[in-house]
Amino acid sequence: MDHAVEMINITKEFPGIKANDKIDLRLKKGEIHALLGENGAGKSTLMSILFGIYKADEGEIRVNNEPAEITNPNDANKLGIGMVHQHFKLVDRFTVLENIILGFEDTKNRVLVYDDAREKIKELSEQYNLKVDPDKRVADISVGHQQRVEILKMLYRDAEILILDEPTASLTPQEIDELMDILKTLRKEGKSILFISHKLKEIMEIADRCTILRRGKYIDTVNIHETSFEELAEKMVGRKVDFTLEKDKAKPKDTVLSMKNVNVTDPISQQHVVKDFTAESKRGEILVVAGIEGNGQTELIYGLTGLYPVDSGEIHLNEENVTEYSIRERALAGISHIPEDRQKHGLILDFPLEYNMILQSYHQEPFQKRGFLQFDAIRDHTNRLIERFDVRSSSGAKSVTRSLSGGNQQKAILGREIDRESDLLLAVQPTRGLDVGAIEFIHKELVNYRDQDKSVMIVSYDLDEVFNLADRILVMYEGENVGVFDPKEVSREDLGLYMAGSKKGDQS
Amino acid sequence: MNKIWEFIDKKPNSISVLSSIAAVIFGLIFGFILMLIVSPGTAASGFATILFGPFSDLRNIGFLLHYAAPIILTGLSVAFAFKTGLFNIGASGQLTVGAFFGLYVGVNWDFLGPVHWIVALLAAAVGGAIWGGITGLLKAYRNVNEVVSSIMLNYVSLYLVNLLILNFIYAGRSEAMRPVASARIPSGFMDTIFAGSPANIGIFIALLIAAILHIVLNYTTFGFELKSVGESRTAAKYAGIKEKRSIVFSFLIAGAIAGIAGGLMYLVGDRSFRINEQIIEQGFTGIAIALLGLSSPIGVILAGLFYGSIMRGGDAAQRFVREEIVEIIIAVIIYFSALSLFAKQFIGNIVKQKMKEKPKEPSKEGESR
Ligand SMILES: Nc1ncnc2c1ncn2[C@@H]1O[C@H](COP(=O)(O)OP(=O)(O)OP(=O)(O)O)[C@@H](O)[C@H]1O
Ligand SMILES: [Mg+2]
Repeated sequence: MDHAVEMINITKEFPGIKANDKIDLRLKKGEIHALLGENGAGKSTLMSILFGIYKADEGEIRVNNEPAEITNPNDANKLGIGMVHQHFKLVDRFTVLENIILGFEDTKNRVLVYDDAREKIKELSEQYNLKVDPDKRVADISVGHQQRVEILKMLYRDAEILILDEPTASLTPQEIDELMDILKTLRKEGKSILFISHKLKEIMEIADRCTILRRGKYIDTVNIHETSFEELAEKMVGRKVDFTLEKDKAKPKDTVLSMKNVNVTDPISQQHVVKDFTAESKRGEILVVAGIEGNGQTELIYGLTGLYPVDSGEIHLNEENVTEYSIRERALAGISHIPEDRQKHGLILDFPLEYNMILQSYHQEPFQKRGFLQFDAIRDHTNRLIERFDVRSSSGAKSVTRSLSGGNQQKAILGREIDRESDLLLAVQPTRGLDVGAIEFIHKELVNYRDQDKSVMIVSYDLDEVFNLADRILVMYEGENVGVFDPKEVSREDLGLYMAGSKKGDQS
Repeated sequence: MNKIWEFIDKKPNSISVLSSIAAVIFGLIFGFILMLIVSPGTAASGFATILFGPFSDLRNIGFLLHYAAPIILTGLSVAFAFKTGLFNIGASGQLTVGAFFGLYVGVNWDFLGPVHWIVALLAAAVGGAIWGGITGLLKAYRNVNEVVSSIMLNYVSLYLVNLLILNFIYAGRSEAMRPVASARIPSGFMDTIFAGSPANIGIFIALLIAAILHIVLNYTTFGFELKSVGESRTAAKYAGIKEKRSIVFSFLIAGAIAGIAGGLMYLVGDRSFRINEQIIEQGFTGIAIALLGLSSPIGVILAGLFYGSIMRGGDAAQRFVREEIVEIIIAVIIYFSALSLFAKQFIGNIVKQKMKEKPKEPSKEGESR
């Protein structure tokens, strides 16, 4: 059999946890091979071993049917292995071109030359339809664009074996479709691809085979055309998973949040991104803000939480005018916030997990008395949240947050914010990076939250999630509220038209 | 030996400690070689004097403590800023301004009586805080890199203080006036224990401040805020912490500590502030002490005491070697401690190597399951 990669009997132990326990993975040449498993199952670790970031304690790696010693990413590059990490590693201030050639620069007389590189990038971009603009600064391009840059970066290094760790987690549905097409093209060109995703739909659509891990152990490798959605989910979680959310009809009560003609300007780009935004969210309901990413949703939430100032308009929380309140004052007035970017805003990665669990409330009792932190109370609080939200890590409350798997970092934030029991819960892409079991759990928690007569406002780019959760759907387009809909009365097609700006509705 | 490697492997912090010790040892070896080259005949006795001279009698120890106190403080100033994510290169400037404030009060406000020295020392803290605060404000509200602004402010402070001294407390012979007796740091019982040395309670002030910083950083909500901002400005802001204010506070405090160092140095009877063209070195040494001490209060204290002992050893060794050699040894140690990151990696690799060579025991978990 012709294998691009064989990983045999791989074991990797971190202090306190066996992240990989005798795992086998065989990637055939020219196939797309999905890697599926719960949050913390050991997927990223396994891929990091293949890419030379970690060294396996035991096991063997063979590349192109030869034993391979991969001790660092350079070795991996030389063997034609490329990787896109779960959290991107591009340099914000550099241009796309500079990022791609970083560590691989051409020089003439010790001076950097870009022309050949620019040519090659353009060619590759054409060939695989990547639409990469080499001269834009990374800070100025969308997440989807960055993703394509990462892919091009691998191709530029002549990688034949491509590892993509949750490439779709932060993409919009449109960008995901594009990525799927790109991956198909790559397969046609003979590349072998390892693809990590929690989205079973994507795996069913694109993968040839799928290897499933659970809690560090190898479970099975299945042919995609011989399996089903449900079987994959069951193998992965170890039980049946509910994909449709059971919930009672909402019983909306009085208004918690009301926004009147709110305008927000991005302080960096000076663009006017939220325009005369008026909306309300009530106790006992889940309001989902739907829309294509980049239509002002991020800035709307920044404006509500105080991360950005609002230019004009009014924000009321429980009839209290909070427009001029600081971030802290708003949080105390009753806003919880699950941020879009968990590593930028949500967590301090080099703090122990327990410090992150009090990031918003360290100044309140019982976590503080007379200005002194109360470590017992903090530890108890953290252990309770770890238990309730199934946050898995190597050493519990003391784990360095950076060492948690992406999904478990997200669960930690969700736990922290839900537990604060604020009147208004703002959640941007709350289930980003979660496995199907965890999504099921979090969706139930959000409905519970609503049923305690609190208000939940969610920003989502995923139509499945929108329809699953929403009691009312608000569509945002180019910074404006273009209409509020009852999910039972609006079709997906219509909603899509509103989101694309080709239709305008009335408030309902 | 294997036990040692295992211990190091389990406690990553010990690698840092080891690399600091390595820096010191390399510095000493290098210094010794240098002495061998310059004056082979007296190298051995000179080196022994540098190492052990300071501990030969109580008087020498008194000197050691006296030298160490301001260095521990500037080390703490840099270490504190570092723990809150900031690089304070400006300890020299803060020390200089602090010294002027302290001296001004120490020379003029003799109506204060017994609390005179306390007020003078506090004035030094205020002077340092003002100077540090400028850097903090620039960083927080104008996004000016603190390294650049604090280096430049070192020079500004140098000439500004020279000018102020000329105008307000000039004693002639390019010296500032000395503080009146009531403004001098009391010697407490130190002058009886360490008779013949200039030792005063300065070292206790330094230790007290180290303890306070340790408590503030690790046990209080205020320290939690400062550290959060240091680790991630964006996440701290999200958490409702006023991150700009926090940066200013960090620099105010770092500056105050360096200012107190200036107070300790010049609120004495046996040394006067000289009008000079040079930046006061104790400020820069603080950077090395912070590095060597791994930015922890205990580490800074130990590194500061070591520095004091080398200084005192150098005094004593001048019979054998030239003063410059002592300075070079100190400089080499500083370089090595700056390279301690490098050393850390190096030692880390050795440990990994050793751990790999060790045959793996068959895993016990397998059996228990
Ligand atoms: N450097 C590390 N130190 C300690 N523990 C670690 C480290 N890296 C990973 N782990 C632990 O190993 C386990 C596996 O993590 P990994 O990142 O491989 O999970 P994953 O399958 O990629 O999960 P996710 O879907 O959430 O990204 C986790 O429990 C994690 O806490
Ligand atoms: Mg992962």
